[in-house]
Amino acid sequence: MSKIHVTTTVNGDETEFLCDPRETLLDVLRDRLNLTGAKEGCGTGDCGACSVTIDGRLVCSCLVLGAEAEGKEIATVEGIAEGDTLHPLQRKFIEHAALQCGICTPGILVAAKSLLEKNPNPTETEVRYWLAGNLCRCTGYDKIIRAVMDAATEMREAS
Amino acid sequence: MNYHSPASFAEASALAENADGVTRFLAGGTDVLVQLRADIVTPDTLIDIKKIDGVSDITQNDDGSWTLGVAVTGAEMTEHASLSRDWPGVVEAMDLVGSTQVQGRATLTGNLCNGSPAADSVPAMVAAGVTVTVTGADGSREVAVGDIPTGPGRTSLAKGELVSAVNIPARGDNAGDAYLRFIPRTEMDIAVVGVAVSLRLDGDTVTEARVSLGAVAPTVLLVQECADAIIGSTLDDAALDALAAAASAACNPITDKRGTVEFRTDVAGVLAKRAAKIAYARAKGETVKGDHA
Repeated sequence: MSKIHVTTTVNGDETEFLCDPRETLLDVLRDRLNLTGAKEGCGTGDCGACSVTIDGRLVCSCLVLGAEAEGKEIATVEGIAEGDTLHPLQRKFIEHAALQCGICTPGILVAAKSLLEKNPNPTETEVRYWLAGNLCRCTGYDKIIRAVMDAATEMREAS
Repeated sequence: MNYHSPASFAEASALAENADGVTRFLAGGTDVLVQLRADIVTPDTLIDIKKIDGVSDITQNDDGSWTLGVAVTGAEMTEHASLSRDWPGVVEAMDLVGSTQVQGRATLTGNLCNGSPAADSVPAMVAAGVTVTVTGADGSREVAVGDIPTGPGRTSLAKGELVSAVNIPARGDNAGDAYLRFIPRTEMDIAVVGVAVSLRLDGDTVTEARVSLGAVAPTVLLVQECADAIIGSTLDDAALDALAAAASAACNPITDKRGTVEFRTDVAGVLAKRAAKIAYARAKGETVKGDHA
């Protein structure tokens, strides 16, 4: 079977790849573009560990085909920090120890960044509902929510 | 598997008509790709309809009705202020499907064509009188949403046919809708029971009503006895009790891990009352929050 040629933009860089029609965007990111930040937890859109944005819209990359990325702008966790300077969300996750094993963390960072771009001043309830599709089996979520709320406060004060 | 991204519905229909084996249409992919991965459905031909012009448009027509493209996502519906004002029940029902990530991709058309009896948006569309445009080799026809599902995972669409638009009627004056579902938690679950009510008032009196039940039968139900129970009333307690009894009487559910026959039958009546009250208040011009906080 012939492969599909796809041209897309990932974290601001134009890139191209060949993929099988069955390959998901998650497979492409990890196995072809060596961007292993997005993780495969469930592979069925339940856990959110593979969260990325496509044209600014938060999605599970396991539920997107690589072929669908044609002409799109993809953003992954690798694009969140600016060089060595961590994003406020990343710093606050470290400060609040909002992770243990870390598998869910890239997806939660991408999802939380997407929330704060849409709503810079979310309530705790809004944060919890927004992140309901990001499962974490270590933290019990409390530290994650606190880290997101704290990052939101800092980002509002800085802007 | 062959992947196609045609530029028109006629082309999409022709591809499906001429394809051998299993064909699936891809919009949001939140069911199709799950089934693909789980080897439940392995399409030989996958037809991505998102490259067709207009599939992501939400348009209000001159007569007040709405036309939604088949790739419009739940998130795009929720962000659309005037659609949400006209049809809060339809928008909230779609918004209950899955996570934020799923909302970024999932569509009304996919929720309908997946054929799940528990699909949240389907009762809301049935209560609202929504139709879909179905395009096939012989052109297009308009089909009521309730006539698309024929059983769990099955639809009335023939080989070569696909949904090409979602048509929501004009809301009109003094009218409101609501959808409520029961799940044992607050988010990220599948309806144990879902109830949608759309009604219109003249003064305090209900003049029109449509009541639809989900997850209590092999397909979505439109229950005329429920509508009859509240039409002509001011939604007083006697009318609400009659509505609940009619909703419970219409149920033909199964017992599974999420709920028993008895539980589903009882809860259908409870939710029918609550949804009717919200629809009534909305018809009165009140702003009432739905299931999602």
